[in-house]
Amino acid sequence: MSLLQIEDLSLSIHGTDILKRVSLTIDPGQIVAVTGESGSGKSMTALAVMQLLPIGASIDGAIRFKGQDLLTLSEAALCALRGAAVGMVFQEPMTALNPVKTIGDQVTETILIHKAMPRLQATERAQEVLTRVGLPPDRFPLSRYPHELSGGQRQRVVIAMAIALRPKLLIADEPTTALDVTTQAQILDLLKGLVQEYDMGLLMITHDLAVVADMADQIVVMRQGEVVESGATTHLLKHMKHPYTRMLFEASDHQVILPDPVDPRPLLQVTQVVRDYRLPRKRLFDAPGHHRAVDGVSFTLNRGERLGLVGESGCGKSTLTRAILGLEDVKEGEIQLNGQPVFTGHKPNLAVRRKMQVVFQDPYGSFNPRHRVSRLITEPFHLLKPQPIGSEKQDRIAEMLTAVGLSPDDAGKYIHEFSGGQRQRIAIARALIIRPELIVFDEAVSALDVSVRAQILDLLVELCAAYDLTYLFISHDLSVVRTITDRVLVMQAGQIVEQGETEQVFASPQHAYTRTLIDAAPTLPDIGQYVA
Amino acid sequence: MNRNLILGATLSSLVVLAALVSFVWTPYEHAALNIPAKLQPPNAQHWFGTDHFGRDMFSMIMVGARTSIAVALVAVGIGVGFGVPLGLTAAARRGSWLDEVIMRGNDLVFAFPSLVIAILITAVFGAGAINAIIAIGIFNIPVFARITRGAALSLWEREFILAARVSGKGAARISLEHILPNVANLLIVQGTIQFSLGILAEAGLSYVGLGAQPPTPSWGRMLADAQTMVSFAPHLALIPGFAIIVTVLGLNLLGDGLRDWLDPRIRVARA
Amino acid sequence: MSQVSPVSLLAERSCWTRSASARNVALMLRYALKRLISLMISLAVASVVIFAVIEVAPGDPASFMLGVNAQEDTLAALRAELGLDVSKVQRYFNWVGGMLVGEFGTSYTYRTPVAQMIADRLWVSLPLALYALALSTLIAFPAGIYAAARRGKAGDLTVMGATQLGIAVPNFWVAMMLVLIFAINLRWFNAGGFAGWDNGFWTGLHSLTLPAIALALPQAAILARVMRSSLLDILGEDFMRTARAKGLSRRQALWRHGVRNALIPVLTIIGLQFSFLLAGSIIIEQVFYLPGLGRLVFQAISARDLIVVESVVMLLVFAVITVNFLVDLAYAAVDPRLRGRT
Repeated sequence: MSLLQIEDLSLSIHGTDILKRVSLTIDPGQIVAVTGESGSGKSMTALAVMQLLPIGASIDGAIRFKGQDLLTLSEAALCALRGAAVGMVFQEPMTALNPVKTIGDQVTETILIHKAMPRLQATERAQEVLTRVGLPPDRFPLSRYPHELSGGQRQRVVIAMAIALRPKLLIADEPTTALDVTTQAQILDLLKGLVQEYDMGLLMITHDLAVVADMADQIVVMRQGEVVESGATTHLLKHMKHPYTRMLFEASDHQVILPDPVDPRPLLQVTQVVRDYRLPRKRLFDAPGHHRAVDGVSFTLNRGERLGLVGESGCGKSTLTRAILGLEDVKEGEIQLNGQPVFTGHKPNLAVRRKMQVVFQDPYGSFNPRHRVSRLITEPFHLLKPQPIGSEKQDRIAEMLTAVGLSPDDAGKYIHEFSGGQRQRIAIARALIIRPELIVFDEAVSALDVSVRAQILDLLVELCAAYDLTYLFISHDLSVVRTITDRVLVMQAGQIVEQGETEQVFASPQHAYTRTLIDAAPTLPDIGQYVA
Repeated sequence: MNRNLILGATLSSLVVLAALVSFVWTPYEHAALNIPAKLQPPNAQHWFGTDHFGRDMFSMIMVGARTSIAVALVAVGIGVGFGVPLGLTAAARRGSWLDEVIMRGNDLVFAFPSLVIAILITAVFGAGAINAIIAIGIFNIPVFARITRGAALSLWEREFILAARVSGKGAARISLEHILPNVANLLIVQGTIQFSLGILAEAGLSYVGLGAQPPTPSWGRMLADAQTMVSFAPHLALIPGFAIIVTVLGLNLLGDGLRDWLDPRIRVARA
Repeated sequence: MSQVSPVSLLAERSCWTRSASARNVALMLRYALKRLISLMISLAVASVVIFAVIEVAPGDPASFMLGVNAQEDTLAALRAELGLDVSKVQRYFNWVGGMLVGEFGTSYTYRTPVAQMIADRLWVSLPLALYALALSTLIAFPAGIYAAARRGKAGDLTVMGATQLGIAVPNFWVAMMLVLIFAINLRWFNAGGFAGWDNGFWTGLHSLTLPAIALALPQAAILARVMRSSLLDILGEDFMRTARAKGLSRRQALWRHGVRNALIPVLTIIGLQFSFLLAGSIIIEQVFYLPGLGRLVFQAISARDLIVVESVVMLLVFAVITVNFLVDLAYAAVDPRLRGRT
């Protein structure tokens, strides 16, 4: 008998269909990965198993856990099951823990709520599971509060809570999406180990096909609430039947060919840049401490070059980006564009600003919701003197919208009328409209679904050919940086630890940290031979 | 459109209408004494009855609405006029000494409830409706400054503001062009709430004699006059009370309705 | 958990909380010290503001007290007696220095120590405000939690409707209605006056009950709404879903994880409310003819006894600032994230 058997599960919320006749099974000791793009219904499938659906959900079909249909159980019976026989791990470790309770209290609660053992033993068990997930009490006492831990450590606490009673089934909803690659690798290893050790079934929800290929015994591919294809991992990777599955895998490993850079003269010169942040005082009358976010960074970006900047969160890449854009002054060192300083006398230099633009990560937060597209993309005209007006302005709006694959008619629309991918196109149009000499892409494709990401990467290549772009591409995603840049900088703890030709750095990394990063990043198996 | 909005708008506009009409028409001259007709309960001639001088309560309520609305409206104006620029400035210069000074100043003003400010002003300059306006207005300043700063701070971290900065726009221009329009809804809703609180505060100040002085009619004063007669003429206390309740209730419902209508995510500080 | 006695529970927990709680206490103390310094600065600035405003007042208290026909040497003697014959700066420091040792000066009209007058009245106003605060919290917490737990259902709508009305009602009007119903018609309470604490605690409390209810009802309405919306916000948080995934029922999750987090914004409102209640009690005292600070200050205003006004206002501001300080401390007790922060 299977551990979990979902049969023809249909779900609608307030009349909107979310899931359509979804079926899947999980056996003990098996990892089943449910994957798909946003809106595929993969997370709702997980919540349906937990029976923690939002208000207004109506559900049909069967979810059999050890033969028992969860849809027929009372709420009390479900409570007895949740946390004891079925555990769950969530995507966002920063908010998944109660901020005002100690981690010890939160892990013991799982045990005590099910009256599994008296408090003293429950505390021992909590110490045991926390040790198992890599948080030994001598270094991480149970009296720690969540805000005293890092994201990865918090995710370990969430996992400890979920496995404290040795559940038969663990559900993990995008458990590593919010984490850095090295942390992701550790958490995935931990989950794999736990599955083996406890002979658990693991239902893993993830959008990351590399993680899927690396972890899963079985793959379920979903699209718009339906299962399009499922099967054993090795078999499915070899014989993808559905075109959508094939498209997903291809898009995940989308390769582009950049045109050759022209005119390689130095454009951006960053020299020994240092940036500190003040820390709260340790004691009342101590001098405030400092955190050195950027520590003596130097590099040159040539005209026509596509430079990548990779590193994990907190490595200082955002701070460096802000300094280059002239949003924050530096403490020491200098940043020059075409030999002119970005900052003169602690004021941003407008002459330099005119030559730089930026595209941000969040396609939803990048635009003032109250302005029309024509106004949004012409905001950088503010830097020009004289500002284009009348038909010249209209022509440039039309040209830019066409260049990024939209229609000139879109100029009159508001931003909420566009999808995430279209918004990123508009963001690129805004950056390009004053023909800057340098564009900074700050995690510009990180929030997009793989298929959309592939389209935006193609667009960038087209624009490189048409406009001879020079850009700095900041990303935590190594596979994207590998294909879209000529040269790459690797940043760790405020310093550039390695730089060189992208292909060379990836093929034979010299610095230990670069090697760690590359090893930690899950890779897709080479599926090219099977597809076609 | 929702129920709160419709009900709130109806009640509020009813009161505003009464105040406006009172400039051109009231059933009786509101200050006209008519001792023989004193202390009448509501009847066909005097819809809301008469007071101990035989003055028509309906007319007094209409004229009293003027006082309440004027005081509360100007007080909100003072709060918005000073508070919003302060809040925008503090957010634009977040983390600087200026931000610190503005916020500490806010905390300090918060330590003076409007009644205390009114007591201070009255002690020095004597009583009057202007005192009530100033006292409530001063109290409103930190309310608007805080809420503006809070909302503006999160906006300043948004990427569209960063994009505007990369486009070379200065803090003042960004505050006016991007920040202010995006906090406007919040300010409208908070303004409605402060308006209703102003009506309540004005009534309280007039009641204890720190607000509008006779002969200016005001609901709070009417209640103070009614106090000794409440046992034999309860309508003297009930009617001004209902007038206050209807106005404040209407404005609160309007505020809630506006919030749901304009943006369900807005949070309003209510105290 | 219910079957374990609290004592053994404490003993077991202490094995892993002792060292850590020492650290938490240290953090708490540091936080408290910082808040204390900012409290001192606020008080200092507030005293300067109050003194300056009162100083603007035209006229000379001495000639006001003695009338226009007073002899110059009598006036000078009175000025010296009142401490008015020194420079303004000197007078400010005399005033503040006096308050620090409990000397508030001499009333211009009564020629008695202001400190004594205030102390007598404080025994009415402070218990009244605290009584009202207790009542409003006792009403608001259950109402707010009940409404949040039954969101959108009939119970929620009833509570919300009642609070909507409660917010709109002026407290002194409630007071008048309470007098009309419970004092004049039912005769359960006196219509006004204060029996004094000398006749026993319950007698005193009895005469403060109607005023306290009048003060508490509108505040309870506000507090209940804040409690409800704050709880509803928390119910949408990720960690509430985590709690449910552990096997907690909706109700258990609400009580164990929801309420304490929801208290953080509620505490702010309670702190603010205290100042409203204190100010409100000044108004309510007028309705019930209570011999509190309100009566004192209004008499002082009409007699232009500015030293009394100045001292009462300073006292009220002191109370507000101190309560906000206590709220800050309560924050840190509820929210561990605040302890390490500046």
